[in-house]
Amino acid sequence: MAAIQASKQDKPTLTVVPADKDARNPIRPFDPDLVDLCRANLSAIERRAASLPKRRTVKKDWQAAWLLKAIACTDLTTLSGDDTPGRVARLCAKARHPLREDLVHALGIEALALRVGAVCVYPTMVGAAVRALEGSGIPVASVATAFPAGLSTMATRLADIKAAVEAGAQEIDIVVTRAHVLTGNWRALYEEVAQCREACGAAHMKTILATGELGTLRNVARASMVAMMAGSDFIKTSTGKEDVNAILPVGLVMTRAIRQYKELTGHDVGFKPAGGIRSAKQALDWLILMREELGRAWQEPTLFRLGASTLLSDIERQLDHYATGRYAAYNHQPLV
Amino acid sequence: MATNLAALFHSLDYGPAPEASAEAQAWLDRHGRKFGHFVNGAWRPGRKYFDSVNPATKKKLADVALGSKEDVDAAVKAARKAQPGWAALGGFGRAKYLYALARHIQKHTRLLAVLETLDNGKTIRETRDIDIPLVARHFLYHAGWAQLLESELKDMEPVGVCGQIIPWNFPLLMLAWKIAPALAAGNTVILKPAEFTSLTALAFAEICQAAELPKGVVNIVTGEGETGAAIVDHPGIDKIAFTGSTEVGRLIRRATAGTGKKLSLELGGKSPFIVFDDADIDSAVEGVVDAIWFNQGQVCCAGSRLLLQEGIAERMIAKLRARMETLRIGNPLDKAVDIGAIVAAVQWQRIDALVKQGVSEGAAIWQPSWSCPTEGWFYPPTLLTDVQPASTVMQVEIFGPVLAAMTFRTPAEAVEIANNTPYGLAASLWTENINLALDMAPKIKAGVVWVNCTNQFDASVGFGGYRESGFGREGGIEGMWEYLKPNWEKTQAALPAKKRKKPLIGPGGAGDGAEIVSIDRTSKLFIGGRQVRPDGGYSRTILDPQGKRMGEAGEGNRKDIRDAVEAALAQRGWASLSGHGRAQILYYLGENLAERRDEFAALLARMGGAPARQAKSEVEKSLERCFAYAAWADKYDGLVHNPPLRGVALAMNEPMGIVGIACPDEAPLLGFMSLALPAIAMGNRVVAVPSPLAPLAATALYQVIETSDVPAGVINIVTGDREELACVLADHQAVDALWYFGSRDGGADIERRAAENLKRTFTNRGRAFDWHDNRQSEGRHFLRQATQVKNIWIPYGE
Repeated sequence: MAAIQASKQDKPTLTVVPADKDARNPIRPFDPDLVDLCRANLSAIERRAASLPKRRTVKKDWQAAWLLKAIACTDLTTLSGDDTPGRVARLCAKARHPLREDLVHALGIEALALRVGAVCVYPTMVGAAVRALEGSGIPVASVATAFPAGLSTMATRLADIKAAVEAGAQEIDIVVTRAHVLTGNWRALYEEVAQCREACGAAHMKTILATGELGTLRNVARASMVAMMAGSDFIKTSTGKEDVNAILPVGLVMTRAIRQYKELTGHDVGFKPAGGIRSAKQALDWLILMREELGRAWQEPTLFRLGASTLLSDIERQLDHYATGRYAAYNHQPLV
Repeated sequence: MATNLAALFHSLDYGPAPEASAEAQAWLDRHGRKFGHFVNGAWRPGRKYFDSVNPATKKKLADVALGSKEDVDAAVKAARKAQPGWAALGGFGRAKYLYALARHIQKHTRLLAVLETLDNGKTIRETRDIDIPLVARHFLYHAGWAQLLESELKDMEPVGVCGQIIPWNFPLLMLAWKIAPALAAGNTVILKPAEFTSLTALAFAEICQAAELPKGVVNIVTGEGETGAAIVDHPGIDKIAFTGSTEVGRLIRRATAGTGKKLSLELGGKSPFIVFDDADIDSAVEGVVDAIWFNQGQVCCAGSRLLLQEGIAERMIAKLRARMETLRIGNPLDKAVDIGAIVAAVQWQRIDALVKQGVSEGAAIWQPSWSCPTEGWFYPPTLLTDVQPASTVMQVEIFGPVLAAMTFRTPAEAVEIANNTPYGLAASLWTENINLALDMAPKIKAGVVWVNCTNQFDASVGFGGYRESGFGREGGIEGMWEYLKPNWEKTQAALPAKKRKKPLIGPGGAGDGAEIVSIDRTSKLFIGGRQVRPDGGYSRTILDPQGKRMGEAGEGNRKDIRDAVEAALAQRGWASLSGHGRAQILYYLGENLAERRDEFAALLARMGGAPARQAKSEVEKSLERCFAYAAWADKYDGLVHNPPLRGVALAMNEPMGIVGIACPDEAPLLGFMSLALPAIAMGNRVVAVPSPLAPLAATALYQVIETSDVPAGVINIVTGDREELACVLADHQAVDALWYFGSRDGGADIERRAAENLKRTFTNRGRAFDWHDNRQSEGRHFLRQATQVKNIWIPYGE
């Protein structure tokens, strides 16, 4: 037995490289030790996830400010088989003006020039989105690599990325081969994600883990770690097509993996929950999770995005109520 | 909009989120901010009053009556009068009331939560999400026990009138833990809340009125230590249930010694929080938050000793410090606050003094960079490192938000450090390895073990301590036993006052010639599996009832008791031997006793002067008892509780450890066997003092024990002066339980002495047991005394 020395340094698995604050997370060498390090105790994680939204809340002015931040962090998304350029244009118009003009004035936030984090579409819709968002500064994000299942040949999937980037997408949301996770083939997962990252070039890459199909939270932790080693700029929960999408216990595991990765490498990796986030309350819960587990920096669109579509309407209603004191109706908010 | 939303958009502060207290304040106003006692269903004005203060603001909330002897008298009288009627209502009748209490609590949850926060200083998050829901759960669960009592707890009856004294850390929850099982069992109560926190108990009194609970069933007398003492000392009370400090627990044990009052004590702790190198470290860090910063660390089972496996210690400590930075302290009514106020100035000063002492002894102190509010009694979360088992802060219960951390190398060392404390309330284990968790849990001396969780409570799971953390359980069926007594107890007559003459030391004169024909027998003691001469070198002559010399018994003294306890302690394997293994040895004991049944019958006949037929039946009954406890050895199973979580709580019956037994004079062989057998069947080691009048029945057993493969040190027998030797056993700090079956005064004496290390006592209350009657002298009643229940919480899921 020994007393813990207050001064002794931690012994990390990797050498901590003091990362340039703006530098992207690079592709690091594959390190199986980092995968082995992952633990996720389901019951304990569920308890924390359940108590978190009860330990923190924001009210009144602060709630309004946090909801505005949720808008700024939203990847306004349409990923449907019946998407058309017209539908995408409508979405982009909403992205430019996420809040009604009179509401912006009532809240006194003209100077914020509030806009969403990005607009997220299928590769074939990237062109339409880029045109609709011209001059707005809003980046276009595209899902790629044979979204949502990802079970095409690697060549097809990489071509998918390149096409989207060429069409003007600045952010690429890739999907991973769930089989690599389910069979414990971490090196294959690493290779796949690293190849995607190379194909992305300057475009920022969000790696969708499809956590609802990974079976266990430990798999979520390990897949998160591998995705980060392979150079992901963001890790993202879901395609929105799985049975279970963004839920707080999964978010907790992924944010803790991000924290662990930062402790070991010094690099900041972003987080994007997506799928099933429809209410303003849920958006606040996710923002609270980011603040508590990762800190203030992860409450900005540079490191945090909410993948959602109808969420915006509910946030708008809450802000309407905040501004007027009257509960709002959906038909008063312009359609997403 | 006046507010600068843009500024808040950039800072993204949490901002204030206060829970409104207007309704609770209005409730206080409605009572004129002055409360009397609740006696016999009505308010009884106090003569003197004291202040109830909000520790977060140091502002007075209300005047609360200071209970006097007269107030306690009136409450006892009301409870006594109400008790027969309450019991006679039957299970369904009482269940309806308990159900009504649960529903009324649910109807007023927010008022109760806010009131609790105002009065205690704990956060609204805790009162709203933990305390009050558990209160309702407790009444609902025990409505069920009222209902099932007659079918599931047969041959038991209520204890009668219960005096209940509760602490300030979970005011309404502790009230529920006390009142719900007492009422379910058919008792009536006088409850005294802690002086710092009376208000929710008084709100509960109103709920009793609303639920139309019969008058006198629940009586609440507020006050300070003197009021509590008046309850403890009151002759009209049949049972005392106390939760609080070990120090006060000792006083209560001494005060109730010999009164026949049933007693349950839930006392202090210094519980270990053990993290192995394969644990989910982030979850373990969050566990620490729930262990020591829950309720400002003012929790008897708080995980206050952090034990980390060396390889992960630095990583865990670094993560813990980062987590401590994000804790929020402040107005406990704020919904986004983690840590509220310490209950009172005196407690704050105690915490501060102990931390300063720790630092002066060399501990490194770490506290978050932020500062505490200054208007109330706030103490920051504190981490002490560079501490050793010898440090004060590793030994003494601080009862505040202070964690002391050190490392261990192996699971065995973790057990060693964890058990290196006089306490034994709770433990928390963190590992992803089920083999390790399930191996560790039984090795830790604690009444509650949480695997990969901490501070979990439920009405269905017993809670209570080992060692100086007290005895008795609250919750589960194990908690119900504390409020019931066997219905044969009242049939037992007082032991006859006239005493037979004690045998004298020295040669006692001529015998009847019976022994001359055989070779003289040396009188010895039986210690560590060997017959040894008494340390003092004296023997007593044992006479038959006609005054004729029968033989000698060695005169054991305190050193012989010391040696016997050492021998028992050295016998480590017995408790871990399987029930199957112990059963075989007990059967074998019976077998060998049967070989010599005639010899024993003759001996008993001569010693007791009883007819041969009676002596023979005592031997036969002793044989039956060998078989009975051989049967029980592998059948006194624990329980699997089902608290509301994905997981189980295993209620394991564990042996007490070292049990001292002072045997009765009546039925010298059967009495000895009826006590020693259940003890050893459950895995205890025994130091027995046979009846001083008829010790030869026990000394004749030496050879039976020797030939029965009973491992050395399992049964140790020291003959001599029972009263004197029982006192040595009662005083012995390594003896875990003491069973005394002598005189009423002797029983009182050992109960008083047992207070020192709070060993559990089991006495005849000065009454005669009918050792031939299986109903009162065999079975579960004795097995419960031979064991203590450990609840192991095992949440699972992958």
